[in-house]
Amino acid sequence: MQKGLTKQEYQQYVEKMSPKSKILRNVFRAFLVGGLICVVGQFFINILKLRGIDQERASTITTLIMVFLGALFTGLNVYDELGRFAGAGSIIPITGFANSIVSPAMEHKTEGYVMGVGGKMFVVAGPVLVYGISASVIAGILYYLIHK
Amino acid sequence: MANKRNGSQTVKFDNPPRIISTGSIVGPKEGQGPLRLYFDEIIDDEMWGEKSWEKAESKIMRETFARILKKAARSPKDINYIIAGDLLNQCIAANYGIRESDVPFFGIFGACSTMAESMNIGAMLIDGGFADYVVCITSSHFCSAEKQFRFPLELGTQRTPTAQWTVTGSGGVLLSSDGTGPFITHATTGKIVDMGVKDANNMGAAMAPAAVDTLIAHFRDTGFLPEDYDLIVTGDLGYVGKNICQELMMKHGYDLSERYNDCGVMIYDLKKQDAHAGGSGCGCSATVLAGYIYEEINKGNLNNVLFVATGALFSPTSVQQGESIPAIAHAIRIQRIL
Repeated sequence: MQKGLTKQEYQQYVEKMSPKSKILRNVFRAFLVGGLICVVGQFFINILKLRGIDQERASTITTLIMVFLGALFTGLNVYDELGRFAGAGSIIPITGFANSIVSPAMEHKTEGYVMGVGGKMFVVAGPVLVYGISASVIAGILYYLIHK
Repeated sequence: MANKRNGSQTVKFDNPPRIISTGSIVGPKEGQGPLRLYFDEIIDDEMWGEKSWEKAESKIMRETFARILKKAARSPKDINYIIAGDLLNQCIAANYGIRESDVPFFGIFGACSTMAESMNIGAMLIDGGFADYVVCITSSHFCSAEKQFRFPLELGTQRTPTAQWTVTGSGGVLLSSDGTGPFITHATTGKIVDMGVKDANNMGAAMAPAAVDTLIAHFRDTGFLPEDYDLIVTGDLGYVGKNICQELMMKHGYDLSERYNDCGVMIYDLKKQDAHAGGSGCGCSATVLAGYIYEEINKGNLNNVLFVATGALFSPTSVQQGESIPAIAHAIRIQRIL
């Protein structure tokens, strides 16, 4: 319908007219916040090890603490603000995983605990779980075959 | 037989319907924007005492409807039809918002173009002699729209710079066959235009060609020129879509220049408020029309206004299936005095 503009030309034109994400700034913020979250995790690991807990168990307990903190700060309406600033920096760590499960659960509470909270809890994390677990199964099989 | 048609997409009204009253209620963010003084009420909490965002949106529409009637000193019994729509699935904000009104009801969906769509139909009903009073009203709510179209609110994601911010608010008008104006003299009904944009975070770019298509149809059908207007205002293209629209119109030989604006650009302070490319949603053009534009017309600051609400006619399902985003724009010509 546009005089002289095909769909393809229009999309190229739109590309030119649309502002781009500030990648350098976003990468820096992601590095900063993502790194800080890891420092917090390391802090817990060190404390636990000081109390005589071995490395493997200290890591597991730290994961649980970080998941709890991610869920807590989601519930306190803080994590989305952090995410707006940090982008991938707060999505990638395990706290972001907790956020992706708690946030839809909160949002859909109005549709009840069964179909709302229960049914919608994994709308964001679902694909990560499905393909994450599938990938780990495949990796496990390969590991078994190589080390047999 | 159809003697009120004026070109292929426009109708000209013999007895131009009057806008005798408007109402607008907006959310807290809109209430901090540059147009805050023009709205009837600013709610300070997006739940507004309800248990869900959907219920809050219905309440906003219900209260806006009540205000429209109150300002015109009318009761629901006087109203022949309500034409209403919103963004939620099955238009529940309107269905539940209007539920208790006891007035014949048309529920419509035109995405964010719904305000101009409802006024197209409402003006035709009045000039056709089918009604004396018609209320046209729409709403949108940032939280309920995000929930349906995007991600949970508390999910820590970044929005792209081209993303728009759905306006929380409801706006509506009462059209009448009698009164002192302002008048709706022409209505141009848009066609669905799809230029292949697939990015649901760049709706301004998806909708701009529809706005251009309808604007050109309007000028072609009526013989008016951009210079005949004090204000040509699109619904919610945001600043990306607004620039595209203006440039494309220029390529077609229409210089919109200073008289052109966009409700999505006007409703927020894009520098100070975190609204990215600007406002969107049915409530965006509706509240700007019912608040700012109507008041400025009544003050005499605007005499001829072309109101072109734009809508992106997609659903989350169609986007996930890889479909591009079809868009539409409907236009209403408003004149202060005949």
